[in-house]
Amino acid sequence: MKAVSVEEAVAMIPAGASVMVGGFMGVGTPERLLDEVVRQRKTGLTLISNDAATPGKGVGKLFDQTLVSKLTATHIGLNPKAQQQMLANQIAVDLVPQGTFVERIRAGGCGLGGVLTPTGVGTLLAEGKRQIEVDGKPFLLETALRAQFALVHAFLADYLGNLAYALTSRNFNPVMAMAADTVIVTAEHIVPVGVIAPDHVVTPAPLVDYLITNG
Amino acid sequence: MDPQIIIARRVAKELRNGNLVNLGIGIPTLVANYVPSDLKVFFQSENGLIGTGPIPEQGMAHPTLTDAGGRPISALPGASTFDSAMSFGLIRGGHVDVTVLGGLQVDAHGHLANWMIPGKMVPGMGGAMDLVTGAKRVIVAMQHAAKGKSKIVAKCSLPLTSARPVNLVVTDMAVIGFPDGKATLLETAPGLSVGEVLALTEADLAIPDNVPEMRI
Repeated sequence: MKAVSVEEAVAMIPAGASVMVGGFMGVGTPERLLDEVVRQRKTGLTLISNDAATPGKGVGKLFDQTLVSKLTATHIGLNPKAQQQMLANQIAVDLVPQGTFVERIRAGGCGLGGVLTPTGVGTLLAEGKRQIEVDGKPFLLETALRAQFALVHAFLADYLGNLAYALTSRNFNPVMAMAADTVIVTAEHIVPVGVIAPDHVVTPAPLVDYLITNG
Repeated sequence: MDPQIIIARRVAKELRNGNLVNLGIGIPTLVANYVPSDLKVFFQSENGLIGTGPIPEQGMAHPTLTDAGGRPISALPGASTFDSAMSFGLIRGGHVDVTVLGGLQVDAHGHLANWMIPGKMVPGMGGAMDLVTGAKRVIVAMQHAAKGKSKIVAKCSLPLTSARPVNLVVTDMAVIGFPDGKATLLETAPGLSVGEVLALTEADLAIPDNVPEMRI
């Protein structure tokens, strides 16, 4: 792990990059990283995020500035700007059931080619996907999902990069921290090694590439 | 009584001691208000919490404690938090005893459509497809009709949420179950006759000899 400024970290992300962003309706989202992505105007992003949050909040800021060209998400109904951009074909949107979304990312981070899920069997979502029977039950093959960058927000990070999360701001963050080539983290508090007890570390330090310095 | 409150009160009667319950947005959210205080029910919020409590008092909200719509909530003693993989493992894995969801249409076979209206409303399915596929019991809480048009249809014209049929539909007019896969009128709302319910129901309903009034 290397501690860097938010400017340095975002400078590493090229325009057109694939980026996973943690958070659920803007809760548990690395806001400082997103503000800097907006400031450096990283365009043409492929965004992988549970939702589109709301305008002005979380990943909603990326839609405010039309920085997203492709989106994989589970629900964008609460962001009218993302909806408009989808309906105007300005962004290509792949809507995925939330349980499938997180398992595809988990698979991507765990060396699996994908997962078999019953969700979506017999619906529009099954179109074009392989259906596989296991013990007589039908499942859809959903392929693994990875990105070049994961932008993660934690409650605590220690000097080594061990991470712990708070309440419902955990959501997709620990799963995404396993599924990207480069993992960049912001934390509410950066604390000395040992403050997070081994049993309470959720994301182990070796998974974190860059920690954004506070202050 | 307000139609939404009739629905919420009747659904609350379906919950049992110890149940793990996931409530969708809209009418389902109201169900929590009508659970008897002596009943111990665990409510899950799919963004990573079991043990959701009421909206916190003014000034007591915390930005990291929210429901699936991102609104502030509280947590009850004994609550637990987890990531989204665990949350949907609970849902898809059959650990959630009851889910209560809103609906756009339910058909004569119990199939639910509640996630999109092609060309008009494409918000995404969020957790709905996993909930209907994986919860032990699926209850739909919705108005019986919209703009005078029955939402209990012969066959869903909107895209299905899951191939798995729901277990119970509670509306402001009726309770409908699906014994042997056939839509059956189980109860009528207070003051309504079977005939009045059927007049606003597109699907063909089986009518048992005795159809009691909803007790709410």
